[in-house]
Amino acid sequence: MAQIELDGIQRIFRLGDSEVHALRDIELRIEAGEYLSVMGPSGSGKSTLLNLLGLLDRPNAGHYHLEGRDVTTLDADEQARVRSTRIGFVFQSFHLVSRLTAAENIALPLMLAGVDVAERNTRVRRALNDFGLAPRAHHKPEELSGGQRQRVAIARATIMQPAVLLADEPTGNLDRSTGHEVTELLESLNRSGTTLIVVTHDPTMGERATRRIRMEDGAIVSDAAAPRELPA
Amino acid sequence: MRPADTLRFATRAATAYPVRTALMMLAMSIGVAAVVVLTALGDGARRYVLAEFSALGSNLVIMLPGRSETGGFGLGNLISTTPRDLTVQDAEALRRAPLVERIAPMAVGNSEIAFGGRLREVMVLGTTADYLELRRFRMAQGSFLPAGDATRAGSVAVLGAKLRDELFGHEAAVGRMIRLGDRRLRVVGVLERSGQGLGMNSDELVIVPVATAQNLFDTNTLFRVLIETRSREALGPVQRQVEDLMRLRRGGELDVTLITQDAILGTFDRVLLALTLGVAGIAAISLAVAGILVMNVMLVAITQRTAEIGLLKALGATGGAIRNAFLVEAALLSLAGAIAGLGIGHAGAWGLRIAFPVLPAWPPDWAVAAGLGTAVFTGVLFGVMPARRAARLDPIQALARR
Ligand SMILES: Nc1ncnc2c1ncn2[C@@H]1O[C@H](COP(=O)(O)OP(=O)(O)O)[C@@H](O)[C@H]1O
Ligand SMILES: [Mg+2]
Repeated sequence: MAQIELDGIQRIFRLGDSEVHALRDIELRIEAGEYLSVMGPSGSGKSTLLNLLGLLDRPNAGHYHLEGRDVTTLDADEQARVRSTRIGFVFQSFHLVSRLTAAENIALPLMLAGVDVAERNTRVRRALNDFGLAPRAHHKPEELSGGQRQRVAIARATIMQPAVLLADEPTGNLDRSTGHEVTELLESLNRSGTTLIVVTHDPTMGERATRRIRMEDGAIVSDAAAPRELPA
Repeated sequence: MRPADTLRFATRAATAYPVRTALMMLAMSIGVAAVVVLTALGDGARRYVLAEFSALGSNLVIMLPGRSETGGFGLGNLISTTPRDLTVQDAEALRRAPLVERIAPMAVGNSEIAFGGRLREVMVLGTTADYLELRRFRMAQGSFLPAGDATRAGSVAVLGAKLRDELFGHEAAVGRMIRLGDRRLRVVGVLERSGQGLGMNSDELVIVPVATAQNLFDTNTLFRVLIETRSREALGPVQRQVEDLMRLRRGGELDVTLITQDAILGTFDRVLLALTLGVAGIAAISLAVAGILVMNVMLVAITQRTAEIGLLKALGATGGAIRNAFLVEAALLSLAGAIAGLGIGHAGAWGLRIAFPVLPAWPPDWAVAAGLGTAVFTGVLFGVMPARRAARLDPIQALARR
């Protein structure tokens, strides 16, 4: 049993009379600890797939098993609980709450999960140190650089120690070298066991993943393991 | 999400948008201040009137000639339109009623009073010795009218405090002879200052034996008869006893009207309470307007913070947690506005008390509680719709908004 199992997933958006098949008959198995990149032209359904994996969206047909459990049938509150404990999101535009400090932004998932203040503070402090953000703990997002903002967002996404980290163009708003740093940060999290799924436009970033998925028009057109030195 | 965290989160959100918060607090505070000031005014008026009438003393039944003043349309009304005289004998006969404590007949008129060179118009009250106790008056000097036969026209007079000052200045009044109309009377006492009551200012009154007053005005009838009962519970029975006695004396026809102080007070109380409630209702409308403003402000807040709501959902917030956060925010803003309004309202009531010192313009407790309660209630009520809308937002679309 794989960590993520998608079977016959369809996602259709209806806009007036026209229908958009954002996802067509998706079959996908992802093992725990894998590092996937999802590439493809704009509008091919990459974000829709990621939202579905993150339980922000429901398919029109098909089944999604996460860690052996059929999560498509869960109600909204149960899905929220799964998001809270098993899934971390990283967005292109960071999505930090502007009135809260870096530390408070990182603490948000803990607060929403009802973790007590003492435990929260310890974990946030550890995260701030791990991500090199300790000197910026009490700064508001507008006082941080793009790279620092994305690091705060990643710290926030991982503070609940999720099983799966979903990143939708995490370097899209960053310059090359900062983007590279963020990629390395995500990869180090993957090395410590978190499944990492990255949607990206950037071929060099996509190439780094150990498994690459290519999407076109809502379908997976190629799914390849990285050509690497196989043991003889 | 823990309640303490919800509260902290909502507080942070409320203080992060000072203009919006100020606007909402302003609307709420105007509503609450209106309730506080207007009810202070209404209740002040009510208390003022009650205090005036309470000066009469309790356990009082007032008898007046004629049957016309209050309801009771019967055969008697058709037969006799002009009432028979209400006499001193009638009043004295009432002493037989067992639950009656005191009886004071009243004959009232205007005359001229003179002492030395000074002369002035004066209101004359003819009554008996019981009047002093019945009205809970006290003597400043000398004694009140002597007890005894009410039909005897004694040549004595008791002066109100202000009248005494005007006629005698620094001289002693007791024992001196004054002229009242065409009679010479000896001053036996002076009342302590007491003020308004029963529509006459007792400080400017001259009180004489009832028969003396009737002679002076050349009349047989009385203006009123005051009847004090032994207890509050006796008011009803005494009223019936008096009616029976009077009917007996008039050959079966009742041609007097009996009023209890309770009835008068009750009427005023009801009228003025209704007035206060009406005014409070009008003020409450401004609270409803504030509520609608709260709703709009919260809807704007949700539009501004759509992306944040989407994010919170992505981070694992349930719809309920988001709804609570926005509800608490609306409640907090309303509460803050209500407290500000309470301050403004109390300041306004204080201003009223300064401007109109006779008016005890204190906002009643119920109005303060109702104002606060209504404010928070409307805030929450009108916050529910926006909060539920926030909770139902689709996270993907919400996140797509920047
Ligand atoms: N909420 C929506 N309503 C209607 N159409 C949508 C919605 N979300 C996505 N789509 C459509 O679905 C397709 C896939 O979108 P998306 O997954 O965002 O593509 P990508 O991330 O690969 O650029 C596009 O044609 C897009 O227009
Ligand atoms: Mg996309």
